[in-house]
Amino acid sequence: MKILYFAWLKAKLQMTEEVVSCSDERRDTDSLVRWMKKRGPAFEEVFSDLEVVRIAVNQEYITGNTTLSEGDEIAFFPPVTGG
Amino acid sequence: MIRVQREKFDIGAEIEALTTGRTDIGAVVSFTGLVRDFNDGNKVTGLSLEHYPGMTERELAKIEDEARGRWDIQECLIIHRHGKMALGEPIVLVVTASPHRRDAFEAAHFLMDWLKTKAPFWKQEMNASGEVNWVNERESDLEAAKRWSSDT
Repeated sequence: MKILYFAWLKAKLQMTEEVVSCSDERRDTDSLVRWMKKRGPAFEEVFSDLEVVRIAVNQEYITGNTTLSEGDEIAFFPPVTGG
Repeated sequence: MIRVQREKFDIGAEIEALTTGRTDIGAVVSFTGLVRDFNDGNKVTGLSLEHYPGMTERELAKIEDEARGRWDIQECLIIHRHGKMALGEPIVLVVTASPHRRDAFEAAHFLMDWLKTKAPFWKQEMNASGEVNWVNERESDLEAAKRWSSDT
């Protein structure tokens, strides 16, 4: 699965994108976020307040927990501020 | 029509291109968002916009489809820039054309309100001391977008 980070999430994690395998501990978006929080202080900080993190799976916003599979593109980003 | 680009755009030329040779259009409404020199009481010296290539175009296309479903619009153009922008430069352009003014006005208003809360763009502001800050989401933008939710 491809994971993308944008705006301040990208800056804080010092990462634009990465590839992780789909596994039991990353089977859906809820478990992926739980796994992210345990990856170190920067990840813990970025995912501490999920009110300010939006999630898209395959370029569509998700609202609830979403099942993931190999080949999915998951993006984490802050509320949008274009226009 | 959706265009996501780094380059500046010419508002007059875009409107002209949309209406040239057409005699069925009765009303054209355009909105242009510009880089201004202040935000939340602070001086701003420049702007940079990041976006999510792919999802940006998809979201903008969905917003256009929604507008076309709600109003009688003959033409619809959304141009949104990304990258670095100087003060006074245009950021976004929305143009709508319809037989009568009401549809063009309302569709343009709707397009901007939805675009602001849905299209994956993020603004970064530069200030006089060279600091760079990510712009925060505004409650007033969320309220503005909500206004159109029950209109279906």
